[in-house]
Amino acid sequence: MTGNKGEFAVCCENITKTYPPDIQALKNINLKVSPHQIFGIIGPDGAGKTTLFRILTTLILADEGKATVLGYDVVDDYQEIRKYVGYMPGRFSLYQDLTVEENLNFFATVFNTTIEENYELIKEIYQQIEPFKNRRAGKLSGGMKQKLALSCALIHKPTVLFLDEPTTGVDAVSRKEFWDMLQKLKKQGITILVSTPYMDEASLCDRIALIQNGQFLTINAPENIVKQFGKTLWTVQSDNMSKLLVDLRAVKEIKSCFAFGDSHHVTIRNSQFTIHNLNEYLENLGHKDIEISEIEPSIEDCFMELSSIEVRR
Amino acid sequence: MDKVIIAENLTKKFGDFTAVDHISFEVERGEIFGFLGANGAGKTTAMRMLCGLSIPTSGKGLVADFDVHTQSEQVKKNIGYMSQKFALYEELKVWENIRLYAGIYSVPDKEIAPRTDELLKRLGFENERETLVKSLPLGWKQKLAFSVAIFHEPKIVFLDEPTGGVDPVTRRQFWEMIYEAADRGITVFVTTHYMDEAEYCDRVSIMVDGRIDALDSPKNLKNQFKANNMDGVFQQLARRASRKAD
Repeated sequence: MTGNKGEFAVCCENITKTYPPDIQALKNINLKVSPHQIFGIIGPDGAGKTTLFRILTTLILADEGKATVLGYDVVDDYQEIRKYVGYMPGRFSLYQDLTVEENLNFFATVFNTTIEENYELIKEIYQQIEPFKNRRAGKLSGGMKQKLALSCALIHKPTVLFLDEPTTGVDAVSRKEFWDMLQKLKKQGITILVSTPYMDEASLCDRIALIQNGQFLTINAPENIVKQFGKTLWTVQSDNMSKLLVDLRAVKEIKSCFAFGDSHHVTIRNSQFTIHNLNEYLENLGHKDIEISEIEPSIEDCFMELSSIEVRR
Repeated sequence: MDKVIIAENLTKKFGDFTAVDHISFEVERGEIFGFLGANGAGKTTAMRMLCGLSIPTSGKGLVADFDVHTQSEQVKKNIGYMSQKFALYEELKVWENIRLYAGIYSVPDKEIAPRTDELLKRLGFENERETLVKSLPLGWKQKLAFSVAIFHEPKIVFLDEPTGGVDPVTRRQFWEMIYEAADRGITVFVTTHYMDEAEYCDRVSIMVDGRIDALDSPKNLKNQFKANNMDGVFQQLARRASRKAD
C-alpha cells in the first residue's frame, strides 16, 4: 500500500530556497525521517517550517538540493507522492461554503475513495464533529475546523502526514487532546511530520529538529538534545523577581539569564562559582526568600543556547 | 489606588447564547493583568467590550474612567491595543507607522517628531527609520508594534496574544518591555496561550464558559489548586468547561 522505495519516510539533501529578492527561507537543509515516528520541526514564525513542508508536499520547488518522500523524488515523482501524503496547512484551507460532510466527501472522491472505506481511521476524530455534519465549514469553531481539516487530510489513508502548526493559537487543554490524537495515529503506522512554535511540545515527539532563520540548529531525540546542553543551569528565585533579573545579569560568572515562568534560569560561565557564592551575593543585595538549585534544561533552554551560538558564528 | 478597569456583572448575549456571563473584576494602575481562558471561553468578547468595540447586553464597565456603554469613543482614545494578528501596516515605513498612529490618537503635532526620535533610539532602531515594516524581522515588528500601541501614553494597553510564534529570546525581551511600561504606570491587560507567561503577571483571571472562575496572583492560584505551575491550574479549570465550542 505504501510503495515506500527508500529506507526513510522523508529525506532532504542540501535543500535551499530563496524568495525574491533575497529572502533566504531555507539554507542547506539536510534531514532524514524514519518511518512510523512523530518528527517535530520546532521554531518561531519565519524560520522556514512552512516552506519546507510545501517543498516536501510537492507544492513548491526548491532552488537547490534533492528531497524524497517515501523514496519518491519531489520533482520527478510528484504525482506518486501526492497519493501517499496527507497535508494539513497552517491556514484553514477547506471549502467554507461546503458542509462538514461535503468537504470530507470531496476529499475522499479526489483520492478515489469513500468516507465508508476509511472510516475506521478517522472515526475517533470525526465522531466529535459528526453531530454538525450539515453545518457549513465556515461556521465551525476553531477546534472543530481543526478536527475537520485533520479528517480530510486522513481520509485517503496517507502513509506520511504533514501537519503545519496544528496547535498554534489553540489553548493548553485542546493542545493536549490534539497530541493524544497524534499518538493514536502513529500507532496505526502513520509517519507524522509536525511543525510547532511551542517548545513544550518537543517532548511529545520521537525526534525533533530545531529550526531558526532557515537552518536547523540540531536534529535529535528530545532527551539527547537535553543531554548535550553541556552547561550548568540553575533556577533562581527571590522575593523581587524583576530586580533579581537585573542583579543576575550583572554577575560576570553568569553567561545568560532569562525569565522562565516563576523563576529565572541562569547558565554559569565559571565552574568555580557555586550556588553558595550566588546566594551570598544576592543576600548582600537585599534579596529575601532566595532559592537556587541546579536543574535539567528544557528544550526551550536548549533552543536559546543553540541559537546564541548560531548568532556568534 | 486608582482603578483603571472596573467590571461589574458585565454580560454579553448573542441571541440565546451568553458569551460573557456576569463577570466582575477590577484592575489597578500599573498592574499586569493576565486574562486567560480556553478557546471559546469568552475572552475575545469580554476584551471587545472593554475596548469599546462591543456594547454590553447588561452590567457595568468603566475603562480609564469612561463608561463602555455611553462613552465608547473616549474609551478608545484612552487605551492602546495590539494583537499578534494585526498591529502595523506592512507597506508603510517604520516612521510612517509611528506617524499614522500618533495622528489617529491625536498626539500633538509638535511632539511627534521628538518622541519618534526618542522611541527609535530606545529600541536601537535609528537605522530602520526608512525601512518598510514588512522587511523587519518578526521580533522587531512585535517590539515596534508594542511601542506604537503605547506611543500616546494610554492609561491601559490591551495585548491580545502578543507573543504568538515569536522565538524564545524575543518573547522574553518583549516581556521586559511590558515590565518597563507597567513601571511607568501603564496598566497591561494581556491574553496568552503560553502558561509560563501567566507567571509573569501580577494577577491572572481564568475564564470558563463565559465566567471568571478564578482570579488571584499566580502564587495564590497555584496554592489554591495545589499545582506546581500555572499550566496545572489552567488544565484543572478549563476541563470544567461544559460549553463545547471547540
